[in-house]
Amino acid sequence: MHAPSEGALKQTAAEATEIDLRHQSVRNLNLALHAHNGTNAPARYEVTHPRGLHNLAVGLDAPIAVNIDGAVGYYCAGMNKSAEVTVLGNAGPGVAENMMSGRVVIKGDASQYAGATGHGGLLLIEGNASARCGISMKGIDIVVRGNVGHMSAFMAQSGRLVVCGDVGDALGDSLYEARIYVRGRVASLGADCIEKAMRPEHIQELTELLAAAGITEYAVTEFRRYGSARTLYNFNVDNVDAY
Amino acid sequence: MPTENVTQLPPHALSEDQASELRSWLRPSATFPRPVIAEIQRAAATGIYDIRGWGAKRAIPTFDDLVFLGASMSRYPLEGYRERCDTRVTLGTRYASKPLELDIPITIAGMSFGALSGPAKEALGRGASVAGTSTTTGDGGMTPEEREHSKLLVYQLLPSRYGMNPDDLRRADAIEVVVGQGAKPGGGGMLLGQKISDRVAQMRDLPKGIDQRSACRHPDWTGPDDLEIKIGELREITNWEKPIFIKVGASRPFYDTTLAVKAGADVVVVDGMQGGTAATQDVFIEHVGIPTLPAVREAVAALQELDMHRKVQLIVSGGIRSGADVAKALALGADAVSIGSAALIAMGDNSPEREAEYNALGTSAGYYDDWHEGRDPSGISTQDDTLAARFDPAIGGRRLANYLRVLTLEAQTLARACGKSHVHNLEPEDLAALTIEAAAMAGVPLAGTGWIPGKTPL
Repeated sequence: MHAPSEGALKQTAAEATEIDLRHQSVRNLNLALHAHNGTNAPARYEVTHPRGLHNLAVGLDAPIAVNIDGAVGYYCAGMNKSAEVTVLGNAGPGVAENMMSGRVVIKGDASQYAGATGHGGLLLIEGNASARCGISMKGIDIVVRGNVGHMSAFMAQSGRLVVCGDVGDALGDSLYEARIYVRGRVASLGADCIEKAMRPEHIQELTELLAAAGITEYAVTEFRRYGSARTLYNFNVDNVDAY
Repeated sequence: MPTENVTQLPPHALSEDQASELRSWLRPSATFPRPVIAEIQRAAATGIYDIRGWGAKRAIPTFDDLVFLGASMSRYPLEGYRERCDTRVTLGTRYASKPLELDIPITIAGMSFGALSGPAKEALGRGASVAGTSTTTGDGGMTPEEREHSKLLVYQLLPSRYGMNPDDLRRADAIEVVVGQGAKPGGGGMLLGQKISDRVAQMRDLPKGIDQRSACRHPDWTGPDDLEIKIGELREITNWEKPIFIKVGASRPFYDTTLAVKAGADVVVVDGMQGGTAATQDVFIEHVGIPTLPAVREAVAALQELDMHRKVQLIVSGGIRSGADVAKALALGADAVSIGSAALIAMGDNSPEREAEYNALGTSAGYYDDWHEGRDPSGISTQDDTLAARFDPAIGGRRLANYLRVLTLEAQTLARACGKSHVHNLEPEDLAALTIEAAAMAGVPLAGTGWIPGKTPL
């Protein structure tokens, strides 16, 4: 394990450290970012030429900002804590998987399992997300400006999923206590997922989520809320047809 | 059953002596023995499959069907109390910068906090640490108590990802990606409402009291190509320090081992169908997966074909009970074994001391397998504070350490008899099979012949 050599880390304007992945390995990038783990001092990184590489900026644990200038592969910002990771491009499968806190922003589209099993923080996808967005989410907030694919929020346990566009089939299948807000059309709902009333606390919650995501062009009244009917929480033989 | 008044029986009814005589001749059906009839009646009454704990109960070929060929004219044994027979094992020599160093080739398999009480998890840590080996978390995350009491702790990454977090990943001594387990290859975890206490619910981020069925597939990868990238992520997060295990239930161990090596595992864990579970459908436990005996040989064959035997370590589990089982698994090529059910029994599960209480539950010491119900009289497989308080983790830990010591001494005894100065020097050539099935499955000759069915001519 080697730390990046000093010459490889070029200081740019606003004291951002530039890491060019044509010349630096993923290992060296993550090592440089992990050097901040457990500290509180802010820092900025500009990561260039990511070229769809996997596992970029994973396991961060510090309030640092990392901008990645281009498309990333699998699991970018995986298990993120505290850091703000911005991808100026598209993201591969499992972006921000199991995120604990902090903020991850994808300027382009995201592939499957975006925000899977996330426990906290905000994942903002400016484009569309693919299938299984928010699968098994455990407290994370996910806001998608575009559409999401099928089986989104599958077995989602807690947290909030906001979709400004349309949603594919089987939304919220086997949902637990996560709350889902959708502005566009829902192709179909999964087992035990139902539409629920937008009560004042939900208007309030959605207003805050849209504000946190910087989305101002849509009114909260345009959204519908979905949640668990809670009929499958305890096994009942009369429900076997639900599966 | 219709209730009929005895006085309405026809006059030719049998005398009590005649009826008694006839009852003494009752012939049980081999196809419908009483447990089968009882299960049909239970299914008809409830409309739901039987869920239980423990592993496969049916008779299958096991390590009992193998014997060691002790030293004789051509082999030189080691002195039992004078000459050293080493048992140390290192797991994770392929990529990890901090491999797991164990004093004995026996580890404690993953059992969750949730399935087991907090004190039971603590006892596993205490016993394993005294014996110089590792424990494993389970579906539900890592508790501070088990981290504190386990010198070496393997942290499982399961499909549910309950409680998964990067801090615990970094606190772990190794990471085990669980693809499946022997009791139910292809099935997810279960924890029924009785055991979802406040703390379990909070750790798993679930509503209290629900019947929790964990996912059977991982949420963010499908297949070995994805898994290779996923393992890359885990290594990046933990800076390539931790050994990464892949655990599979034994169904296609040759191919699964090959793919696990391809996906970048440091260690492959193969769990046979006797492997226990806290809660699974009986039909799954008894009818899915293959026994541990053939699984070892298949996994070893895969490693040898890739020239990765001893480079990627193999842990075998599922029905390991004695030092003989340990030694035979190692002789077939495993680097270590894992125990689960046997560890619980060593700590006091199914103890005859609780016979009256087992009877009250409609069972008996030695048969109790309703671990999912949370009413375990021994205080081990429960989340009931009163029951859990019966279990003393210091005593349970000591009993486990004793048991691990016996397993080790027994394995050393057999290894010395075969002239081996390290238990890893045991080899298939030290074994013979007592049944044709075991000979074929283990790939060792039927005793008294040179015959390995499928390999050599009769």
